[in-house]
Formats: sequence, structure tokens, C-alpha cells
Amino acid sequence: MKNKLVLGVIGADCHAVGNKILYHAFTEAGFQVENIGVLSSQEDFINAAIETNADAIIVSSLYGHGEIDCRGLREKCDEAGLKGILLYAGGNLVVGKQEWSDVEKRFLDMGFNRAYPPGTSPQTTINDLKKDLGW
Amino acid sequence: MDAILLIDFGSTYTKLTAVDIENEEIIATAKDLTTVESDIMIGFNNAYKKLEEKMKGLNVNFVDKLACSSAAGGLKMIAIGLVPELTAEAAKRAALGAGARILGVYSYELSRTEMKEILDKKPDIILLAGGTDGGNKDCIIHNAKLIAEHIKDIPVVVAGNKNARDEIEDIFKANDVFYKATENVMPRLNTINVEPAREVIREIFMAKIVEAKGMKNAENFISGILMPTPAAVLKAAQALADGSDKEEGIGELVIIDIGGATTDVHSIASGEPTKPGVTLRGLQEPYAKRTVEGDLGMRVSSASLWEAAGTRRIKKFIPDTKYDIEERCKYLQQNVNVIPQTQEEIEFDEALGMTATEIAMERHVGQIESVYTPMGIIYSQVGKDLLNVKYLIGTGGVLVHSPHPERILKAGTFDTENPNFLKPINPQVLIDRTYILSAMGLLAQKYPDKAVRIMKKYLVKA
Repeated sequence: MKNKLVLGVIGADCHAVGNKILYHAFTEAGFQVENIGVLSSQEDFINAAIETNADAIIVSSLYGHGEIDCRGLREKCDEAGLKGILLYAGGNLVVGKQEWSDVEKRFLDMGFNRAYPPGTSPQTTINDLKKDLGW
Repeated sequence: MDAILLIDFGSTYTKLTAVDIENEEIIATAKDLTTVESDIMIGFNNAYKKLEEKMKGLNVNFVDKLACSSAAGGLKMIAIGLVPELTAEAAKRAALGAGARILGVYSYELSRTEMKEILDKKPDIILLAGGTDGGNKDCIIHNAKLIAEHIKDIPVVVAGNKNARDEIEDIFKANDVFYKATENVMPRLNTINVEPAREVIREIFMAKIVEAKGMKNAENFISGILMPTPAAVLKAAQALADGSDKEEGIGELVIIDIGGATTDVHSIASGEPTKPGVTLRGLQEPYAKRTVEGDLGMRVSSASLWEAAGTRRIKKFIPDTKYDIEERCKYLQQNVNVIPQTQEEIEFDEALGMTATEIAMERHVGQIESVYTPMGIIYSQVGKDLLNVKYLIGTGGVLVHSPHPERILKAGTFDTENPNFLKPINPQVLIDRTYILSAMGLLAQKYPDKAVRIMKKYLVKA
């Protein structure tokens, strides 16, 4: 059985190109990807994950408001019965010149399993997914 | 001459339509009160006598007799899914498209209290969905177990996660639950697949419900009650829009049916965004979509229409009326048999029709929402974009009897004051003067070419 991922771009963010690239990269790597696309709310991610019984939620944010948009996602997942689902975030998660380690720590504190800085190759995430899902 | 008799056992009237199959003409129509409590054939025979009267002197030989029915409360259904916005919504749309009246929509794992509520509502069929194919199985299996525990005599249509199907069939077989399993209403996330479920619902309706509603008598005389009346209207709409093998259709259209208790809207259109740069969001919409507004109607639901619309919104259509809007709406609800006589009464009914049309269309069509982003305003669309739909077709008493049906239907078109509702901008308005839509849906089942040609001939410009 293929592992299932819910993929999408969170918030009022309509960067569609990276989203398509990730969709193809993850599909190629052997995952079943449910791509909910751009302009997706936290609820859209959660509903999709419930209905498809997903193993991981991969959140992209390219427009700098990622930290605000992602806050509370873990708690809502817990509330929706998605206890322990993998949460990844990546893209341009914050604006301004910030130390990546600080940003990463904030996302891990929010309950994300992994967070990625700008310019991360899809392969890095694929390797992490395989590790976290026990391939 | 060879003819076909088309019968609609309606909730109030049994309507007959005789069609000359050779010349593709309507020979005569007749109606009389539906008598489902005693014997459905009494009302039918009364109407049939009227029909024979009208056909005097003609040598009519009925080669086929087809019927649809919404008598005895119509087809009452419960839809069950997992997430309210996803499989529960998909299940609801499948049931509506099958011509059902929705008594309730349930989501997530059902509780015993909810199960009891479902039983109290006395549905004819339960549609059980939940999970995409390969997705969540736990919820639908839990619900199947609960159904098996509590329900024996209500048919269940299973249209959920295919990976849960075997287990559900085992549960239902072990507990003697009458069920039919079919394809998932939402096989992949946000992708809907309502046709197989609709067809199975229709099969059960023909096989079981007709008999349960005391209409078995009718089947000795006619070739069969093929579908619920609203499904026949949707079928007619689809035939008229898409055409048949030999006959071209007229293209995308919307049908508005304003009744005493409900206002139904059917759209046959893809609903894709017509403006560039719009992002489509949410659950995919059915190409043939039906919505039913149980709170918008001319009589039984006139008080709830007033509650939904408010006085000002109704008054907008009749600024000079002498009536107190609230009082008159409540009066009409109490006196459902009122037939408007005076100019003022007619105008009041028209205003109610316009309000029902306006609100029912707002609920049926998609909406554009502007989202403010760091890149500027972008537009997202949820639901169907019907801006460029070519035809708006009206049926139902208030439209058929009104001297200005086009004015009533125009209330359902695009309004610059509320541009986010994607209603048809400049459609051609047609009226179903002869009340043939449900009959043509039946005819289209067996003679699609003829049905399309007759509809083109008999639906008239308003």
C-alpha cells in the first residue's frame, strides 16, 4: 500500500508552480499524493487527510505569512482525530533576514515534524518522508 | 394513431400527457387529484376519463405507458458521509440528483442518538458513503455496523471507500440488511462520481419503494414507474441540453421549478470559470446538478420564504402593495388552495415567485470571492459559474399561469448589485407552458430523439 500525502499551499497564497513540481516529484518517488492546490485553509488540509486516511500533510507557503497560517494546525489535527500524523512545512516560511535555526525551532515548537528553508530540493523531503514513514 | 401515455403521480395532482409518437405532437393533457391514501388508480382513472374526453373522435392506441411519481411524500432519503464538506456533501448531491427529498445529512461516526433520529425520520432509502477509495475505512464500517444493528427494513445504498466494501457486505449479509453496493461517490479527493449511486437509487425506487407506497396497483396497468418525478425533470433537462444520438441539444441551461412547498433548480452546465485568473476551489460540482430549497415555496413554504427573505427583499418586487407582507405570507401558508384572482393577489404571488427564484439561484450557483494577498487581489470560485448559460427555463404553477413569467425568471439572472453570485447574465427565457418537462424525461428514457424534438417545439419563448 502506497503512503498517502496531502499536499497544498496554505493561506491566501496562490503560488501554483512549486506546488505542481512537488506533486510530480512526490508521485514519482512512489507516494500517492492528494494535491489540494493553492489557497487552502487548515481545515482543507485536515478534511482531506481524514477522508483519504493520509500519513502526512505537506504544507507549502511561499508568500511570507507561513508562520501565521500554520499556527494551530497540530492542535486542530489532534482535535480532528489525526493524532500523530506527520506535518511538514516548507517554502519561504517567513519574511526578512532571520536565522533559519530560529525559524525551524519555531515550527518544530508548533508541532511540525520537519520544516525546510528556501531552496530545499524535493529530494531532501522525499528522503525524510521515507525515513519518517519507515521505508 | 400510435401514442404514448406519460403519467406523473404528483404529490397533489396526477398528470397525464398523451404524445403522438408519429408526428411528435402532444395530443392532450389532463389532471386530477392524486389518491394515494385509498387507491392510486382512482385519481388516475378520473384523470384518464378527462383525457379520453379531450381525445374524442381520435383513434388513439397507447403502445407504451410510462410513469414517474412523487406521491406519498416522494422519495425520502438520508445521506451519510465522513467529512461534512466532502463525502457527506457528495452523498447529498447524489441523492438530490436521484430525485430524493433529503431528510438529513450525517457525518463522521454515527452515535446511537443519531441512529434513533434517522429511524424517527422514516427514510425510504439510506445512502451510506465515507472515505475516498483507499482512504478512511473505519468510519463507514462503524456506521455500517450501527445500521445493521438498528435497521432491517430500509434499503441501504453503499457508495463509499471501495476498500471497505467487502467488510460492509459481510456485515449486511450477516444481519439481513437489504443493500446494494456501487461505486464510491467520491473516489478521489474532491472528485465526485454521482451517476452510479443515482442509478442504483433509481433501481431500488422502482423495485421496492413503489410497492411500499401502495402504488403496486398502478403497475398492472402501466409499464412501470420508472423514477421519482424530480429525476425525470433532471433527465429531461439533460436530454434538452446535450441532445440525443440523432438530435442536437440546445446547450447549457438552467431549469427553475417553483412549487408550493419547494423551489428546485436544475443546471446542466460544466460550471468552469469563465473569467481568466480565477482559481476553482472545493468539491467538484456535478454536470447535472439539482438543488432543492425546502424553505422557499408559494404556499406550504410561504411563511418560511418570508423568514428567509425578510420583508424588504419581497417588498422590493412590489413596492406599492396594500398587503402586509408578513401577514399575507402566513395567510397563504394556512390556505394552500388559494388561487389568486385580483390583480393585487396575482402581483403578490409573482413577487413571491421572484423572491424564491432570486434566493434559490443564489444558493444554486457558485460564488466568486476576492482574496487579498501580498500579490494583490486574487479571485477564487466555489461552485458553478453559470454566467454564460444560454437558457433559463421556468416551470411550475406561478410561472405557467403568470402573464409575465419572464419578469419572474429575470430575478434569477446576474445582478450587478451582487456580482459575486455567478448567475446567468443574459439567458434566453423559456416557459414550460404545457407542463411537459417530467413527461419528456420519461419519454427520453425510451425515445430520446423524439423527446428532444418535442421539447424544442413546446418550450416557448416567454
